[in-house]
Amino acid sequence: MCLAIPSKITAIDKETSMATVETMGVTRSANLALVEDEVSVGDWVLVHVGIAMSRIDENEARKNLDLFEDILREEDELNVSDSGPGQC
Amino acid sequence: MLTHEDLYQRLRSKDSVQQLTKQIWQAVEGDDQPFRIMEVCGGHTYAIVKYGLDQLLPSGVKFIHGPGCPVCVLPQHRIDAAIQLARRPETILVTLGDMIRVPGSRSSLQQTRAEGADVRFVYSPLETIQIARDNPDRQVIYYAIGFETTTPMTALLIDQARHADLNNLCFHTNHVLIPPAMNLLMEQGANIDAFLAPGHVSVITGVDIYEPIVKRFGTPVVISGFEPVDILSAVLSIIRQLKKGLSCCENNYARSVRESGNQKARDLVDRYFELRSDFLWRGIGSIPESALQLKPEFAAIDAERAFAEDCPQAGEEQSSGCICGAILCGHASPLDCSLFAGICTPQRPQGSCMVSNEGACAAYYRYRRTQS
Repeated sequence: MCLAIPSKITAIDKETSMATVETMGVTRSANLALVEDEVSVGDWVLVHVGIAMSRIDENEARKNLDLFEDILREEDELNVSDSGPGQC
Repeated sequence: MLTHEDLYQRLRSKDSVQQLTKQIWQAVEGDDQPFRIMEVCGGHTYAIVKYGLDQLLPSGVKFIHGPGCPVCVLPQHRIDAAIQLARRPETILVTLGDMIRVPGSRSSLQQTRAEGADVRFVYSPLETIQIARDNPDRQVIYYAIGFETTTPMTALLIDQARHADLNNLCFHTNHVLIPPAMNLLMEQGANIDAFLAPGHVSVITGVDIYEPIVKRFGTPVVISGFEPVDILSAVLSIIRQLKKGLSCCENNYARSVRESGNQKARDLVDRYFELRSDFLWRGIGSIPESALQLKPEFAAIDAERAFAEDCPQAGEEQSSGCICGAILCGHASPLDCSLFAGICTPQRPQGSCMVSNEGACAAYYRYRRTQS
């Protein structure tokens, strides 16, 4: 029900606040009226029931992915990512 | 620039899953302490069962499936209202596809449609605008369901309908809120050590809504995305917090969840909705301030007020003998139910947890029919 799918913006119609997005290879439209950040073609948004709810933050996504890369690279060292999650 | 691979394949990568699993095993090694983690959201339940994540973890780490499936927690009298409204003359009832097979006390919307009522299932609430425009002589009722994630989408529909001057569209509101349900489960003494918090609810609400639960019950809450690597790294965070005796709210899904959530969406919700004093959750009971209703100034578009005679009040729930209630509270697993996969299947659901893809029973039916 709360399914929201990362979708890439391929075109924006500013007048109607509608975007054309690509979702896992399928082209569909998404309403941008609720997105707070400025978005442009090439950005990823999270689309829920045809309406974009947030822009996916590239820096945060990268941080996340880099952390997993680090975990993999240093896989033989114990507690390698003790500086990662679970720190409060 | 982010790629499809970054957001999908890399978050499902076998190597990352194996490595995170190994770290979880190392983190709990030699520890008899159980780690009972309730994943509140049905989307998490689905991903956990689909990818078999629970089966990768040490036996002490248990996922307790929570009440986070909006159609699963709707009580029968609310489904009955949808059916009665759909049967009104010259009426079109519009709702999301998740509602199709949910059983009310005697029937479902699917059956009602087969009997001739005009029930339309849409991908997006906004499609309702066109339906109302195309049918100016008929009453269109949008039957709104969903948690905090979906409420802004209904609010946007209401907003657009008002700007479009549509006077044949009204709303039956069934939007419910997650934190009051988490709170109630803890108050009732649920055997839960930590919460894996719903990622897409949090996109709207932000992180702070879980703070009262963390403070009151000392229960870690970690917000998670829905890919295997997201979920396992959130589990690792939870275990680390519990082992250190910490309890805090952590945002493990920062690529989508801002600390402050989506204010624009919440403002739109606040424009049209207010808290109900209480709301009945199927299998759980009445929970104070756990749902929304249209504000009194929008009474004219509130189907519950306009067609009160077709909106039955809460009554005795018809029981099919299924244990959805216990499953929704985290007290039982679908495999504990004698009806599971025999009498109760996704084609002929006896209880609501078998209906939605994200209901625990439907996820188990699809991916796990026998006890491992």
